[in-house]
Formats: sequence, C-alpha cells, structure tokens
Amino acid sequence: MNPAPSEIRLSDLTICHDRRPAVHHLSGRFAPGSLTAVVGPNGAGKTTLLRALAGLHRPQSGRIEGLPRPAGIALLPQQAAIDRGFPVTCRDVVLLGLWAETGPFRAVPREGQARAALALEAVGLGGFGARPIGSLSAGQFQRVLFARLLLQDAPVILLDEPFNALDARTVADLLGVVRRWHGEGRTVIAVLHDLDLVRREFPDTLLLAREGLGWGPTEAVLTAPNRLRARMMAEAWATDAAACGRPLRASAA
Amino acid sequence: MLLDPFLEFGFLRRALVGCLALSVAAPPLGVFLVLRRMSLTADVLAHGILPGVAVAFLIAGLSVPALAIGGLVAGLVVAVGAGALSRATGGREDASFAALYLVALALGVALVSWRGGGLELNQILFGSALGVDDAALLLMAGVATLTLGVLAFAWRPLVLECLDPAFGASVGAGGAWWHLSFMALLVLNLIAAFQALGTLMAVGLMMLPAIAARHWSRGVGGMAVAAVVLAVAASVAGLLVSYHLDVPSGPAVVLAAGAGWAVSVLAGPVEGLLPRLLAAQRRHLTG
Repeated sequence: MNPAPSEIRLSDLTICHDRRPAVHHLSGRFAPGSLTAVVGPNGAGKTTLLRALAGLHRPQSGRIEGLPRPAGIALLPQQAAIDRGFPVTCRDVVLLGLWAETGPFRAVPREGQARAALALEAVGLGGFGARPIGSLSAGQFQRVLFARLLLQDAPVILLDEPFNALDARTVADLLGVVRRWHGEGRTVIAVLHDLDLVRREFPDTLLLAREGLGWGPTEAVLTAPNRLRARMMAEAWATDAAACGRPLRASAA
Repeated sequence: MLLDPFLEFGFLRRALVGCLALSVAAPPLGVFLVLRRMSLTADVLAHGILPGVAVAFLIAGLSVPALAIGGLVAGLVVAVGAGALSRATGGREDASFAALYLVALALGVALVSWRGGGLELNQILFGSALGVDDAALLLMAGVATLTLGVLAFAWRPLVLECLDPAFGASVGAGGAWWHLSFMALLVLNLIAAFQALGTLMAVGLMMLPAIAARHWSRGVGGMAVAAVVLAVAASVAGLLVSYHLDVPSGPAVVLAAGAGWAVSVLAGPVEGLLPRLLAAQRRHLTG
C-alpha cells in the first residue's frame, strides 16, 4: 500500500443528487486507518456521500480534504449498478484493479496476471479466472469485486452495501478481508444496513439522515434516541426541497 | 462463377468495396451498443442525421461532402442533445431520444420534399449501393480506417465504460470523453452507410450482425470478429441477390444480414435454439 492514508476531513459538505439535496451540511473526519460504517434510513444520502468521496459527485458547497485521488481510492459500487450479463471473465474484471498502473493503453504485466490469480484465491475463488461473470452467483460475483479491490491496493477503500443479499458464509469470508485491510492500516468506509453487524465489526459509525446525526464510536452513535431521530427525519423529508445550500424544509415534523 | 458479376461490372465492384468498408468498421460499434443495451440508439441517430442531410441537400444538392457535414452536425446534436435534455429536465434519455428522432425524421422528409422530387427523397431515404461514387467510397474507406484505429486505441476504456461506469469514474478513466468519441464514430459510420444504404437502412449492416454475434462468442473481442464476418458475408450475398433477382441493393444487403441473424439465432453455438434443444435432449437421454 502506497502511500499511507491521511485524515479525510469534511467541512460543511452539501451534495446534491438529481438536483435535490442528498447530504446536508455534514462536517467531521475519518481518522487514518479507521474502520467506519455509514448507516441511516433509505434515501439518507449514504451512497451519495460515498460517491462524492470517490470523486463521482461534486459537492454543491463545503469541502472534502485529505483524499488521495484517484489511484489512492478503491470503490466497490453497488452490485446492481454493474451489468452481470457482460461477456467478460472473472480474471478480466479483477485485472481492472490494475487501472492505476496500466491506464487505458498499457499491457497488463505478467506479474499483474499472477497478482490477479492470487487475489481470486484470497477471496476463495481460486481457479475461477476463466469463468464468465454471467455464470457466477451474487455471492461469487461480490468475491470477484473484492478481488479487484485487493489488486487496487489503495490506502482508502469505499464499500457501498458490500454484504447485501449475501449468504452468511460469504459475509464471514468478506468480513475477513475487511478486517485484514483494517489491520494493515487502510481507511475503510462502508455503507451498511445490518446494525448488529455494524456493532460487532465496526469501531466507528456515521449515522446519516441527510444531516449527520452522530459520528464517532459505534456504541455512542447507535443509541435508541439517535435512531429514532433518524427515522423521524426520514419521514419528515419534503419532496419539494430543491434549494441546496439552504436548510432543508420539513413538510411536517 | 459466383464472383462473375463483380468481375464484369465496375459499379458492382464499387458497391462491394463500399459495403466491405462499412462491414469491417460498423459492426464492432454495434456490438458495444448491444452490450450497453442501446441497440435502438443507432436507429435514432440514423434518423437524427436526416435534417442535417436535408439542409445540406437544399444548399448543395446531392454532394457527398456537403451531405456528410450536414449529417455529422445533426447527428452530434441529437446524440449530445438527448443526454443533455434529459439531464436538464430530469426526464429519461430514451424518451428524449424518441422525441428527437420523430421530429428529425419528419423535418428531414419535409425539407427534402420541399425542393427535391421523389427521386432525391428516395436516394436519401434508401440510398443506392450501386450508385456509389468516388467521393462516397473515399468517405466510407476513411471512416472505416478511423473507426478501426480509434477502436484499437480505446478498446479497454470502452469495455470498462460498458461494464462498470462507476468504477471507471472512480479510477479517473474519463468515461464521458470515451463515450462522446464513441458517439461521434457512430454518427460518422451512419453517414458513411447512408450513402449506400440510405438513412432508413444504414443501421442494418451495423446492428444485425452485432445482435447475431452473441450467438458465436462469449467474449467481446470474439463477438466483434463474428459481427464483422457476418457483415462481410451479408454484403457479398446481398449484392449478388440484388444483381440476380433485380432487388434494390440496400434492402437486399440488410435482408442478407437478417438471414445471417436468423441462422445465428437458430444454429449459433452460444445459446442458439438448435444447440440448446440438442443439449437438453442429451441431458434427457443420459439423465
């Protein structure tokens, strides 16, 4: 891993998605090497925040500082965003993880092929290199995407709902990979829904309901009053809140 | 004997060279469109170039360079405009495409009919592979050369942009620029094709082999090669049928491509109907 991650600071960050405010006036910091879960109700802006960290959304206002870019960030997009019917092999998908080294034109070095094979083995898919991705189960495909993250070898790793709709065995194996990244000092930020899993595995949590309702040690954030507040805010969102940069208008509280 | 007509008649040779140039360049683009689930986009763009072609015709008559420039401008306006319109108004891109192409087709036909007669309208809508002149041949060959060069150069980013655009953006792969270059190539190929096949048929040689190709290979490269082979075969067969049966050349070539598609669906080794049936029978017998 090169270089070591630095602190990622968000100051008064507002991000719009589809011309509507998705994340509102969020401030805080991801410590270097931290393992943070981003949780919150549906539509809370979790994915938008992750995509902004990955450089896919430009903030409407406020700043993100301390991000290595773009080679220093590895993003796991939601599986639904990827065309699983596309005619490529597992090896080809994993090799995309070398983009920072090969770019669009350079050939993949022999050593890269070996690394791809090792990465597939590390996620329990040894020998799957030549298999087309269309023949994989959802769990196996997620393992392939984790292998691609391994090849990216980035100091900052962003995971968007990495364990959705996966069986317990796959979740356990992939959590092992996440723990390893944490042990190696990488900054890992994951959007998650399973609060039990968050409590068990993630030391830090950001509770998001467009605004940040809590950010810090998981037990201190995931309190019953905080979660109730998040739910109430989700129900109170105005559908016509179009003005970014101004406080969100609540239709009924 | 099969090739006799090509040896005997210069106009048929020119038509063959023109169709072969289209056949090596356009089908790989079609494969990418199929993979991006944008199979109908080529059709929309082919209609979208019509008003530009019509305006050029009003100004300069049936001059190849003028028609090509007019078509290029109109095609790029539709290609970029549909995306921009849907982003600006929050609508769906396919709906903007549909609206633009309906307007473009009507406007094009109205403009050509305003000054030209049925003959010119016929030429623009249906083309004439047998009437391809030097300028049109040069355009087709030039576009084919450019397309193959750019495809070789941009293969990896185009595949990434189809497969996983979010990942591509996160690693700074410049997806929007590759997409725009791809759309420009698409418009250029349609303009080259419309000289021979007309605006209504131009898409045939691009999309039919591309759609059929998935029955011959499980990889993107293999599909592109299969699509080119099918398009070349359709060009040769279509022109021969056109000559022997006295059918217009454009529809003959597209029908030949359609026959290639039907054979692929029936007998192609990848998910073709017959191989699937045989495999099921074998399983039944052994199971």
